[in-house]
Amino acid sequence: MERKKSYIEDVERGIYDIVDQEKHAYIVDKGLTEEIITEISQVKNEPQWMLDFRLKCLKIYKSMPVPMWSADLSELDIENIVHYVKPDAKQSHTWDDVPDYIKNTFERLGIPQAERESLAGVGAQYDSEVIYHSMSEHLARQGVIYMDIDKALIEYEDIIKEYFMTLITPHDHKFAALHGAVWSGGSYVYVPEGVQVDLPLQSYFRLNAKGAGQFEHTLIIVEKGASLHFIEGCSAPKYSVQNLHAGAVELFIREGAKLRYSTIENWSRNMYNLNTKRALVDAHGTIEWISGSFGSKVSMLYPMSILQGAHAKSEFTGVTFASTGQYLDTGMKVIHAAPYTNSTVHAKSISKNGGYAYYRSLLRVLESAHNCKSTVNCESLMLDNFSKSDTLPIIELFNDQVDIGHEAKIGRISDDAIFYMMSRGISEEEAKAMVVRGFVEPISKELPLEYAVELNNLITMELEGTIG
Amino acid sequence: MLLNIKNLVATVEDTEILKGVDLTVGLGEVHVIMGPNGAGKSTLANVLMGHPKYQVKDGAVEFNGEDLLDMDVDERAKKGIFMSFQHPQEIPGVALANFIRTAKREITEQKVNLLEFSKELVSKLNQLNMKQEYMDRSLNQGFSGGEKKKSEIVQMAMLKPKLAILDETDSGLDIDAIKVVYEEIQNMAQKDNSIILITHYSRILDFVKPDAIHVLKDGKIVATGDRSLADRIEAEGYDIFN
Ligand SMILES: Nc1ncnc2c1ncn2[C@@H]1O[C@H](COP(=O)(O)OP(=O)(O)OP(=O)(O)O)[C@@H](O)[C@H]1O
Ligand SMILES: [Mg+2]
Repeated sequence: MERKKSYIEDVERGIYDIVDQEKHAYIVDKGLTEEIITEISQVKNEPQWMLDFRLKCLKIYKSMPVPMWSADLSELDIENIVHYVKPDAKQSHTWDDVPDYIKNTFERLGIPQAERESLAGVGAQYDSEVIYHSMSEHLARQGVIYMDIDKALIEYEDIIKEYFMTLITPHDHKFAALHGAVWSGGSYVYVPEGVQVDLPLQSYFRLNAKGAGQFEHTLIIVEKGASLHFIEGCSAPKYSVQNLHAGAVELFIREGAKLRYSTIENWSRNMYNLNTKRALVDAHGTIEWISGSFGSKVSMLYPMSILQGAHAKSEFTGVTFASTGQYLDTGMKVIHAAPYTNSTVHAKSISKNGGYAYYRSLLRVLESAHNCKSTVNCESLMLDNFSKSDTLPIIELFNDQVDIGHEAKIGRISDDAIFYMMSRGISEEEAKAMVVRGFVEPISKELPLEYAVELNNLITMELEGTIG
Repeated sequence: MLLNIKNLVATVEDTEILKGVDLTVGLGEVHVIMGPNGAGKSTLANVLMGHPKYQVKDGAVEFNGEDLLDMDVDERAKKGIFMSFQHPQEIPGVALANFIRTAKREITEQKVNLLEFSKELVSKLNQLNMKQEYMDRSLNQGFSGGEKKKSEIVQMAMLKPKLAILDETDSGLDIDAIKVVYEEIQNMAQKDNSIILITHYSRILDFVKPDAIHVLKDGKIVATGDRSLADRIEAEGYDIFN
């Protein structure tokens, strides 16, 4: 609408931006050398094979070029990132034992409350280490394991050795190699055959230290016929220097098992979010991705489902919101590697105030994957004339017995729609917010209530920068 | 005087559409505007509501003694103006009930009691032969032409404006719905609210007794009269106003 406009450069992110005074037990020097890697591994008392693996990853990392096909990463200066910051807190199983300043941060983010009300287990990571972990008794009795992965490396060394970075290998891309070299923290979940985990488990990753990186590793195995809903939350306060997030998520879904993996990421505007997520799904298994990408300076995030068993299924639902100075390159990859596999993608992006939302996807159907079905639906909404949106769907078919539906829509918020709503007494700001909330409604209604509310709150926060 | 339009000149993308419109509407009055396609009837309605696409080049509009043209669109609605659109917008993901409730809250600047609100809305939908399910459907999305018009009437009935501008609300409505629209108009007029009815059909005059009938042609009011004016147009068309 034509009229005076005022733009605010950055959003007021409220609770997410509150910075704790830095108190760490241990911090390594900036940059990346064999000495630093060795130091991280020694501080953690890791087995020799893990140190060897880290050093191998470092070599691969150094040998690989910075990817050039997407975001401009030239400003990202790895030598200036601190790769390991150990918080000054031992891991606790009750919030009472967590130092107050860290506990308060998680209180503000609503984690302990959610734990009391709607979760079966919680892991909370602060900078490089998990400082809190707990799970309900009855899950433990059924053999469910939910613990921080550094601890799992000691207690379940064989399993970790068997699975760790086999789905995402250090050769995949430069930041996967970086992750392998400097990873720290994250969660390990094991759900035994046939066990249905009724309430979700949630891990929350908070990066507080300035100029640091967070490289958590999540490894989940859901055995035959079992089911789990896992929620990952991430945030960091705002700094003027770069932070880097390069986590890795490896999910193994066995025959007939089901995993829903939900993420709401809300990074500050100085963050490079270069995360890698992958799921391997056996016959009749299901992976459901729910993904909300907010904040960050640059995001490159494309969860991948590999459907390796017949009738395996992947569903992806995602929202991306890009505002001033943000380049969010998100999407989904699906590999159909078995017959009768099924995938759906439902992606929405919003761009505002010059933000750039890029949707990029890959659909690959292998020769063996006859009679598979794929439905892709992506929609972009631009809130003004100087925001940008693109879509690049790549489809590679190696057999023609497939049923593929693809729909992509890019649109701008219409002046007529806003006028219509304002003609009923609704302010321009509220009208835009309603249109945006309506746009993501098909996604928010899929979320558990608390997360639908969080999604709506984040959208409101993002929108508050535009005043007509 | 509720509405006082003086010499209103308006353009869209540098084309002059309204070329000096004069019109006054008193409290509780019903005014009918007729005119050929492209005459500027919808333009007039949109300019009164404040669509940003139109530029006012000359003239003045007073509403309740205040300068209307100076107000934002939502402010005009809060002052009591309502426009029923010739082509209502579809808003995906915004439920009809939720939309009207938000609008009502904004206009009345008061919390809206959910129970009372829902009861009233259901009864309005019933009157128009619309199923209760429409409350939860996305605003106008996938509605048939007639259903969109009904949605406008429901919104009007719930928001209770001082001045309703109905732009061809009767086009595309079935006869039962048209009767409800006219009842609603009578109700409003009895409560001292005013109506501007833009229409192509003089059958409306079998139900509503307007205070005046105006002919808008080529951006100007070229004639004002009573029922006999409508009958003449019916018989001879708009060429008589050359
Ligand atoms: N962007 C534009 N540029 C130029 N002319 C326009 C533009 N938009 C509308 N017009 C013209 O303005 C004129 C008036 O349109 P308006 O919609 O007000 O007519 P109307 O009287 O409501 O007609 P109808 O009875 O068909 O609804 C039309 O001739 C239309 O083509
Ligand atoms: Mg018209």
